[in-house]
Formats: sequence, C-alpha cells, structure tokens
Amino acid sequence: MPAQAPLLSGRQAGRRHRRADLRTIIFRRCVLAVPVVLGVSLLVFLLAGISPFNPLTAYLGDRYVQASVEQRQQLAEALNLETSWFSAWLQWIGSALTGDLGYSRVFRQPVTAVLSERMPWTLLVAGTGLFLAVVSSLLMAVRCAYRPGGFLDRAVGAGATVLQGLPPFVISLGLLGVFAVAAGWLPGGGLADPGAELSAGQVARHMVLPVLATALSQLPWLVLSLRTSTAGIQASDAVRGARLRGLSERTVVRKHVLPAALAPFIAVLGSRLPEVIVGAVLIETVFSWPGLAAAVVSSAQALDFALLAALTVLTTITVLAASLLADLLYMLLDPRVTADV
Amino acid sequence: MPEIRGRDLSRLAAAALLLTVAAGCVADPENTGEGAPLVLADANELGRFNPVGGHGDSGQSQIYDGLLRLAPRDGSSSLPDLIPWLATEMPRRNTEGTEWTVRVRDGVEFTDGTVLDAEDVAATYKAVIDPASASELAPSYDMLQDVTAGPDGTVTFTLKYPYSGFASRLLLGIAPSERLMPGLAAESSLNTDPVGTGPYTLASLRPDELVLTANEDYWNGAPEVKTVTIIHVPDDNSRAQRLQTGEIDGTVLPPSLAAAYEDKPGYSQEAVETADWRGLSLPAGNAFASDPQAVLAMNLAVDREAMVDHVLAGRGVPAHTPVAAVYGDAFDPDAVFPFDPEGAKTLLDEAGWVAGEDGKRTRDGVPAAFDLAYNASDTLRRDLSLAFASDMSGIGVDVTLLGTDWNVIEERRRDVGILLGGGDKPYDLDSQLFETLHTAVPGTGSPFANPGNTGSAEIDAHLEAARTSTDPAERTARYLAVQDLYVQQPGYVMLAFINHNYIQREMGWQNIRTVLEPHAHDVGWGFWWSLRDWTRE
Repeated sequence: MPAQAPLLSGRQAGRRHRRADLRTIIFRRCVLAVPVVLGVSLLVFLLAGISPFNPLTAYLGDRYVQASVEQRQQLAEALNLETSWFSAWLQWIGSALTGDLGYSRVFRQPVTAVLSERMPWTLLVAGTGLFLAVVSSLLMAVRCAYRPGGFLDRAVGAGATVLQGLPPFVISLGLLGVFAVAAGWLPGGGLADPGAELSAGQVARHMVLPVLATALSQLPWLVLSLRTSTAGIQASDAVRGARLRGLSERTVVRKHVLPAALAPFIAVLGSRLPEVIVGAVLIETVFSWPGLAAAVVSSAQALDFALLAALTVLTTITVLAASLLADLLYMLLDPRVTADV
Repeated sequence: MPEIRGRDLSRLAAAALLLTVAAGCVADPENTGEGAPLVLADANELGRFNPVGGHGDSGQSQIYDGLLRLAPRDGSSSLPDLIPWLATEMPRRNTEGTEWTVRVRDGVEFTDGTVLDAEDVAATYKAVIDPASASELAPSYDMLQDVTAGPDGTVTFTLKYPYSGFASRLLLGIAPSERLMPGLAAESSLNTDPVGTGPYTLASLRPDELVLTANEDYWNGAPEVKTVTIIHVPDDNSRAQRLQTGEIDGTVLPPSLAAAYEDKPGYSQEAVETADWRGLSLPAGNAFASDPQAVLAMNLAVDREAMVDHVLAGRGVPAHTPVAAVYGDAFDPDAVFPFDPEGAKTLLDEAGWVAGEDGKRTRDGVPAAFDLAYNASDTLRRDLSLAFASDMSGIGVDVTLLGTDWNVIEERRRDVGILLGGGDKPYDLDSQLFETLHTAVPGTGSPFANPGNTGSAEIDAHLEAARTSTDPAERTARYLAVQDLYVQQPGYVMLAFINHNYIQREMGWQNIRTVLEPHAHDVGWGFWWSLRDWTRE
C-alpha cells in the first residue's frame, strides 16, 4: 500500500490539474462568447441597415403602393424604422439584456412566445435525427472495421459518398414523394393530422419523415469520417501490437480501434452543428414543420429584425456551446489533448 | 474511458427503428361522417387576428362582424349590395357627405360576454386612424378625420373631404374597446386571442394549425358547420397534393394548379371574379411611352384574350379600362380596344415612329423602347410583363423587363413602366378609379398613383364630382364619361382582371355562395365566405 501511495497521489494531482484545465477552458470560452455574440448581433443590424430592402414594403405588402409618402412617414415612425442601424441595435441590446426581446412583426407575437412555441419542435426533429445518424454511423463503422476494404466497407463508403452529394431538400422531397405521396404510408407535413389532438402518437407519425431526412443528410459525413479514422487506427502500431498478441478481431475492434477513433469523431460532431441547423431550415420548410428554422425564412423575408436578431444570437450561442462541449468531451476521452485553447 | 458495448448500441438502434416503424404504422381512426370537421389549407401565416392590423377588412372574418356586410346578388359576377349587419340600418349622411351616422345594433354580445356598443365601434375605427397603431389599413381610411360615439347608440364618422363611397369602408370587423390598447396593432393581443361578435370563435392556435368553433350564441343564429380546421401549408404544390390525398377538404390554388381540378368528379372548383386588375403605367420621362399616339397603339397591339388564356389559364377577364364588367350600369361595354396590331403599326407610322431594317422603330434617332418594371417576387406580374413585351416586339417596340423591388421601382418611376395591380377596395368605384386616373396633385397621394401622370382636367372633374355626388345616377353617368374619355386617350395599358381559384371536396353542403372579391385571396373568401350560412337541408 505505501508503495502505491505516491502513484495514487500523482494521479490525483493529474486529475486535479485536468479539472482546473477544464474550468479554465469553460471560463475562457464563456468570456470569449460575449464579444462574439455582441458582434454577431451588431452584424445583423448592420446588414439590415445597409440592405436595399425596406421593412415597410414587407410590412404593408401589396398595400405599400397605396400609401402616400406622408402615410409611410407616419408608419415608419410608429414602427421605429427611422432610427439608424446602430441606435436600433443599442435599443435592441438594451431591452434584450432585461429579457425583453421585442415583438415579431411577421408572427404578431412577442419574440419570446415565438421562440418557446417553436423551439421544442426543432429540438425534437434535429435532436432525434442527429441521434439516429450518430448511432447508425457508429454501428456501420464497427461493422466496416472488421474487414477494411471488404464488401460492406466499400458499399457503405460508396453509398455515403453518393448521399453526401444530395442536398437536404432533395432528400426531403424524395422521402415525401416516396412515402407520403406515392405509397401514402406516412403524412407529408404538419405536427398532427388536421384537426387531430396533438398526441404523442400523432407527432411520432408526423416526425418520421423529417427525422429521417435529418438523419440521412447528416449520416454520410459522420460515417465517412469515422471510417477514415478507423482505417488510420487499424494501421497503427498499437493495433498491430494487439493483433500480434493474439487478441480476437472482436476485441481488437471494440477495445482498441473504436475508442481511439471516437475522440476525433466527437470533435467532428461538435463542428457539424451549423450544418444541422442549415439542413433544418430546408427540411422544416418542405415538411411544413413549425420549428424555428422555418421561422428564420419567414422573418428574413419580412425583414422582421427583432426575431431575426434573436434567432441569429440563439444559433450563435448553440454553435459555441456545442463546440465547447465537443472539446470538453475530447479532452476527457483523450488524455493527450491539453487545454491550450 | 467509456467502453463501447456493441450489443447495447445495437439494441438501442433496434429500439429506435422499431419505434419509428411502429409509430408510422399506427393508423388513426378516420374522421368521417356528419360531424366531421371541415379542414382547409391556407398559404398565409396563421394568426394576425387584429382587425386594426387588417384582418377581415372587407367583412370576410369568421370571428368579427362589421357594421355592414356584403350581400352578393348573383355570385361574384356583379357588385354586391351592402347591407346593415352590426348596424340597424344603412348609414345616414349629411348633405355634404362629410358626416356619416350609424346606429349600432342592440343586444349583441362579444364572445367574451361583454355587450357591443357604440364605444366599441368608435374605438376600432379610431385605432385604425391613430398613427401610433401603424395600421396597414390607414391608407384606405385616408378620408376619415374622427369617429365619435353618441349617447343614443349612434356612431358619427367625420370625414376630411366629401366621400360618397364611404359605406364601403364600414365592412371592417369590430373589436371590444377594452381590448384595443393604444400602441402598435402588430403587438396587440387580439392577434392571437381574438374576441369578436362573429359566427365563430378561435378554439386553438398553433403555428401549423388553428381551429374555429361555432359561436352557439351568435346573434344571427349559430352556424351549422361546427368546426373548421385551417392548416398552414405555404407551398402551392403541397396544398394541391394534400387536397388530392383527401387530407384537406379545400384550399386556394394558383390558376395552373386549379386547372387540374376542372370537371374532376367529387370536387367543386370556383374561379371567383374580382375587380383586381393588372396593367402597366407608362413612364412620363420616356419620349416613346409618353407619346399619346404610341400609348393608343400599344393598347391596340396587346392581345388580352391570349394573356387570359395562357398566362391566367383562362381564369381571368380581359381589362381595357380599370372598370370591370362587375360594376354593371357603371361599366361601359364599348370602352374597349380591339386587338388590331396592323392598326397599331399604322398609328405608329403616322406618329413618325418608323421601322428600321431590323424591324425596330425609331423617330429622329430616338428608339421606340422603354423598361417595364415589376415586383420580382410576383410571378404573375412577371409572366404578364413577358407576354406584353412579346406583343410589343411584334409591332417593333422594344420593351426591356426589370424585375426588382418596390423601392427601386419608386426611385425610377419617371423612367420605367410599372406593372401595377388594383382592386384592394372594390366595393365602390371611387377607390378603383380616383387614384389611378386622377392627375397627380403634388405632395399628396402615393407615388404609385398614376405614375405616368396621364389624364386630363376633364377626367379629374368627373372623378371629383363622382366622389362627392349624392346621386347614384349622376355617379354612374360620371364614371361612364370617364371610361369614354379614357379610351380616346388611354394613360395605361390595362391587361386583365384576375380570378381567384378555390377548390373544395363536395361534402353535401348547400347554400354555398361566393361574392366579388378584393385583392386578398385566402380561405376567408371563396366558398368559405358564406360558411356561416351553409346548410345540410
């Protein structure tokens, strides 16, 4: 026991050191996030300011051509469209810090109501889709790793490459055409059948196609990157050593190859989030899924700056948080990685 | 380091897959039969129920009633009558036409239990003209100065100038005064939580779906259709497909998609008439387009029938002046331009615009050419512009198309023709004609009202007299005179009045009526405008 004591305390010291590292990285990233978020929101208002489009045209729609110059002036004043982009930003940030995100002109509701009404639906579809993509890519990669260059490995590689070339809306429209219109097995849009209660069963049925579209559009990248890293590790000295020691192929793959391949995979996952969000915009539009991503389109078309700014900031925070989470997991999984970020 | 356990992972994936498939296979009991709710699909965002923000401004709301209501005489093919609704009788006007008084019906309750009174009416109209509400309707109520509620249940509207068509502005839905807070109409709670006196109440509102249920205490008798579900499907093709699969019972479709339902058994389709014209203004700053002979020639050379047949898939009516046949006596059937490209060429030759070797016309080195701008997001205007440009190239006139934003069009309005539309307030001819044909009065009006600044003092005099006259016969005569003057010297090239296309599954309902429609088209119009009156028989 006494002989082991210095070793243990060394490990403990190492762990303590690592915990401190983790705290530092979390703290640093949070501090860094503040100027990033401020900068992004400022950019939204700057772009709005220099955009040639007039929010009043969007507000009045076809009635715009009837309004006299004087009436337009009055409307622009009442809607607070006359201020410069910078003071509009100052006003926005001032009230946002007190929790008031303002009103969405396109949805005619407080921005917070729009967010809370729609965010769960986006999280449900994007989350389930991403989860499905991760699980199935792991499964496929494990199977492929048994026989690199074998039939399954090549088939998965080819399939994933083809799928990667298809944009999410093509995948969505394809799924819609096959399962909803031609076969009629699944509903083609909305949260529930028209007029039906918003029950779990209803939502489950209606989310199948958007979830599949999300999973299929995220799957190829994950499979391909996992396949590449397993191939690299298969050829490493450590794995060759394990094979030489006579370990079964099963053990080699599960205990040596996969754990080593997983760390870079998680880093990739964190960096994929922006792609998931962009994909969601297209998928939600095709499936009339009332999520936040669909609201991005409406708010941008109507130049609804309060909502647009809130959505942009929300997206920025999500992306920053995901990349932080991925880095933390990477550090926890791979002791060689240090927190010099 | 976490251990990857293949078996757990496989189980998890299998479970997820099973759940997905199982969920997909669970069939829901079909909703059919007598009590089946009516399911409609709309392209517009759901909500926005504030009348001050423009909801139901022509009395088409299912939730709110107006002082007056439209009463179609024979479907949408003629101007509907205005009948008292929340008013006890038609409004009375003073001799100048600057003061209009209406008595509000007694004993009508809002769906929140409060009683309708003159205060509610005054508050609704006041909110519309209050600059602080930034109401989209403010331009249509330009003539309204003030509204006051009298002690005896009357409401008095004071106008800035005599306006004899003011009754057509009394269709707007009335909201309870206590719900009309000062401030922006777009931020009112009425948008998502409406309270009216109408035949339906809002039972639920989600981003993808809303449900209306019958107001059993409706003062004019509860409607027989008890539940209406409206889903939000922005994509035209998706709406057509979901109508096909039977998921929805009715929707509004663009002409090309509606054409597929012609004579399809089990479906009724209706191309509802409107006074919604499309036509182009001509740039005052262009030597060719501001030549009166050239404008006349262009009116002769444009093939309106072909535009209706091809661009509108037959769902429209050729327009020669801004007055549609639906205006009955006030419509002059002889105020037309025959399709006569040869006559147009002769006119141009006479005016000195002669064709060169390449077939393009010039006069003293100035080409017979101008730019035609349209709002780029409107595909119908684009297609009409294309058809017009092609007709013009047939007579040697070079029209270049410019798809852009209204701001850009406005800046360049002296130099470009503009594909305009009208018909937002069709229930009185004044709103159809005055702004369009009256010569510009500097400093007033919309920059898009008569952008070419064509017309004459004579037309102006008729328009002004018709606006203020109390005598319907005189107004009719004035409007006929305007059309007569217009065809002698047109200021625009009017192209077509467009129809709105509605499709509905036949469900055995009777007493379905349609009415002449304004510019707006959604599931508040078409068959469903008369939803409250449907019967099973």
